[in-house]
Amino acid sequence: MSKRSVVAPVKQTNELGKVVAANRTMSGLPLAELYEPAGGAPPTVGRPGEYPYTRGVYDTMYRGRLWTMRMFAGFGTPEQTNTRFHALLKAGQTGLSTAFDMPTLMGRDPDDPLSLGEVGREGVSIGTVDDMTRLFAGIPLDQVSTSMTINASASVALAFYVLAAERQGVSPNKLRGTIQNDMLKEFIAQKEWVTGVKPSMRIIRDMFVWCSKEMPLFHPVSISGYHIREAGATAVQELAFTLADGIGYVQCGLEAGLDVDAFAPRLSFFFDVHNDFFEEVAKLRAARRIWARVMKERFKAKSAKSLLMRTHCQTAGVSLTAQQPLNNVARVAVQALAAVFGGTQSLHTNSMDETYALPTELAATVALRTQQIIADETGVAKVIDPLAGSYFVEALTDRMEQAATAIIDKIDAMGGIVEAVEAGYPQREIATSAYEFQRRVEANEEIVVGVNRYVDGVKHSSIPTLKIDHDVEIGQIDAIKACREKRDAKAAKAAIDKVRAACHTGDNLMPRLLDAGRAGCTLGELCNVYREVFGEYRDPGGF
Amino acid sequence: MSEGKLRILVAKPGLDGHDRGAKVVARGLRDAGFEVIYTGLHQTPEMIARAALDEDVDAVGMSIMSGAHMTLMPRVVELLCAQGQNDVTVFGGGIIPDEDLAPLAAAGIKKIFTPGSPISEIVTWVRENIRPRV
Repeated sequence: MSKRSVVAPVKQTNELGKVVAANRTMSGLPLAELYEPAGGAPPTVGRPGEYPYTRGVYDTMYRGRLWTMRMFAGFGTPEQTNTRFHALLKAGQTGLSTAFDMPTLMGRDPDDPLSLGEVGREGVSIGTVDDMTRLFAGIPLDQVSTSMTINASASVALAFYVLAAERQGVSPNKLRGTIQNDMLKEFIAQKEWVTGVKPSMRIIRDMFVWCSKEMPLFHPVSISGYHIREAGATAVQELAFTLADGIGYVQCGLEAGLDVDAFAPRLSFFFDVHNDFFEEVAKLRAARRIWARVMKERFKAKSAKSLLMRTHCQTAGVSLTAQQPLNNVARVAVQALAAVFGGTQSLHTNSMDETYALPTELAATVALRTQQIIADETGVAKVIDPLAGSYFVEALTDRMEQAATAIIDKIDAMGGIVEAVEAGYPQREIATSAYEFQRRVEANEEIVVGVNRYVDGVKHSSIPTLKIDHDVEIGQIDAIKACREKRDAKAAKAAIDKVRAACHTGDNLMPRLLDAGRAGCTLGELCNVYREVFGEYRDPGGF
Repeated sequence: MSEGKLRILVAKPGLDGHDRGAKVVARGLRDAGFEVIYTGLHQTPEMIARAALDEDVDAVGMSIMSGAHMTLMPRVVELLCAQGQNDVTVFGGGIIPDEDLAPLAAAGIKKIFTPGSPISEIVTWVRENIRPRV
């Protein structure tokens, strides 16, 4: 093995300015930042920061900058989540990630009959620009990047976020972060929707176009395999369906007249990281390679930045067990390590208590500390892509690529991902995989510690859980009613009418949604316009 | 109603879209020989009660991950009783903290299956505890 040392092995700092460990082993042996065979790696492996990016999207990877530790948080009222945000930033987290409650995600106001019992339970309740403003109180939005996990109502949430920043005096072109906005995977897996597949793609198109002009630092979509995997897909299916969705969004942007090289660099990805350690590492390496090739060969991207698959990862919620819940800390640590060996750009680690409820502050802190231990104690970030060149890892990476490509070809043959989703193809495949996995667990073909092996018979957990008070729902209902009363009713109605008109004419929705937010229209009211014009999507059911 | 076959409504109340568990349980019950009707997602308690009546089921199994179980599950029991279906067995599953189990039992939910429950356990419980309604 020869070694390359581009950056001198001196002290480096991460984005918080903390000194990263010097580049040597605990024994004091010197480490190069990159290892590769004499004469270089084969072209399918290549070098970090070079096509086809199997070894990572940046040439220095974690030697240049650690992954962003971005913990997903949100519950109760905007004030409660704001307090958690401040605590996470104080604990050394380097970016925010917002979880919204079910009514917000489904485009329903807190006082909608369908919101009964759900307000603030799974995330924070946001119905108005005032709520969004309170959510980010004291957090300078031009300095902290923010991820928002919201899809069906993302256009409205984005407008409210831009307006909350406006109240801080921050213009949209300064905002950094990501809005998930991946409706294809909603129909495939997570099942949060307002209207059908094609109108949803039209709303996304408007967001892509508007963001490309007004929010150059912002990612208008996070193409998500996470939910696909959590719904039961295998790693291969997650890889294939996610990249097929990505292809669908690139086509959507191109059809809207955007130049591929102006638009592709703002796409971001989001993968699950499950228990099968090497398969997860291989999945992320294969994903980068397939994406680079698709962008270069299929979409003829010219800019190197268009070829980079930058990704967020989250450990697998579905792998956590209610039995012996402290074991989940170990699962999360191993999964997080796979994400790091896979070269992720940011990471959320799940908390041990999430099979019971949203995490307590203690559990969420342990999860964040798990990442910090990997980053600062283990030394795995000292050398770029340390698993490259392993016969096994490279062979598995190739095999994942082949298997996923075969599924993508099948989707292409169906007319593309929009048609495949409308036909229910990925949905059926995932349901079958989920059932098959459950069957294997029950046949002891898959081992789950504490569930089908090393069962201790202890019935109850002893870990504390987070309680969401029913008062949250009452408070948010009162707040949104007060908001509607204080606004200029005529102006609000006029703003809603303009959103409705744009739905019909095809004019870009974003400027109208911003005006509607300024006029005090609520998230539910605006999503109701979508339902009215485009029709509400209903679950086709089936199992 | 086919002779001797239990009819079970698998239902997803509320806005929560996590249907992996509901679908796996529905398939498992079907493969065990029961007649299974699945409501699909985003059902109100009223819609579920209506489906239980229309489909003339012997049991209703609800799956909830969103934390809304304390509101939605007892509401379905109330509505079933109000329409004279007191003898329909109601059970459920999902992300349900231990301390909610006793209040749910008191509200008429006969059994809660928490994460990690095997299908075989659910099937056995259904066989032993649910009788065809007369």
